[in-house]
Amino acid sequence: MLTEFGRVLIFLIVGVLFVAIGLATAWLLRPHRPYPSKRTTYECGETPVGDTRMRFNIRFYVIALIFIIFDVEVVFLFPWALVYAGLGWFAFVEMMVFLVILLAGFAYVWRNGDLDWDKPAPRIPRYERGVGVRETPLTEEELAV
Amino acid sequence: MGLLDQRFENSNIIITSMDSLLNWARLSSLWGMQFGLACCAIEMMATGASHYDTDRFGIFFRGSPRQSDVMIVAGTVTLKMASRIKTLYDQMSEPRYVLSMGSCSNCGGPYWEHGYHVLKGVDRIIPVDVYVPGCPPRPEALIEGLMKLQEKIRSQSLAKKKSA
Repeated sequence: MLTEFGRVLIFLIVGVLFVAIGLATAWLLRPHRPYPSKRTTYECGETPVGDTRMRFNIRFYVIALIFIIFDVEVVFLFPWALVYAGLGWFAFVEMMVFLVILLAGFAYVWRNGDLDWDKPAPRIPRYERGVGVRETPLTEEELAV
Repeated sequence: MGLLDQRFENSNIIITSMDSLLNWARLSSLWGMQFGLACCAIEMMATGASHYDTDRFGIFFRGSPRQSDVMIVAGTVTLKMASRIKTLYDQMSEPRYVLSMGSCSNCGGPYWEHGYHVLKGVDRIIPVDVYVPGCPPRPEALIEGLMKLQEKIRSQSLAKKKSA
């Protein structure tokens, strides 16, 4: 007699065979005429430029970590909110402790400045009244530029 | 590999029945390359939608040229688009078919004389199997064209050698 997992095994075998036979038949029957233009990466008709693997700014890493923390928090909050009515004060206090721990971490990250996105600071030239008219001679620093 | 692909000089009963089976399978699941160029694409979408329902012929649109059998060139082929269409056609796997839909892709249509930016017929860059006239063709006309393509596939042979 088959056990419960015996049926799962049969499903697995049939699934693997189904895909394998389909692919093998196509491999046997298909025309095979590759040429360079056919093998190019599909980019909606555009010529692919560069590599698919590209670098992301490392600062996204911190944001992703913080996102995961709050993601998990929400995952815990939803079932908690569903059964909250039947649990009473104990559940409320427990969840508040959990939230406070997370918020403490968040406050630490915030205070550490990890959420600050370093913006480039371009030097914007200052224009004052009388554009082009110099009243003072060029300073040494300006001459160096 | 291609065990069958143009390997046989003379057809015998096995080859012909294999061919008809393969042809039946191919014409019953003509997957289209999903892209539209101009107003003809609106009619093409209408043909694919539930009212005209090309799904009953096994025709529906795929988002990748690797999975599609037929490219429906629906609309004005501008010169900028022409090179892209060539690339997309190249990227489709064989056997592949092209259906030119509407006057613009058939011959340039209203842009025939003064259209400085329009390709005068998509058959100048890729081989076309079926031309569907109209500006734009009604969905019935597109279905007619697709059925013509099915007829063409039915009479083809994958196994027989191409006569040189």
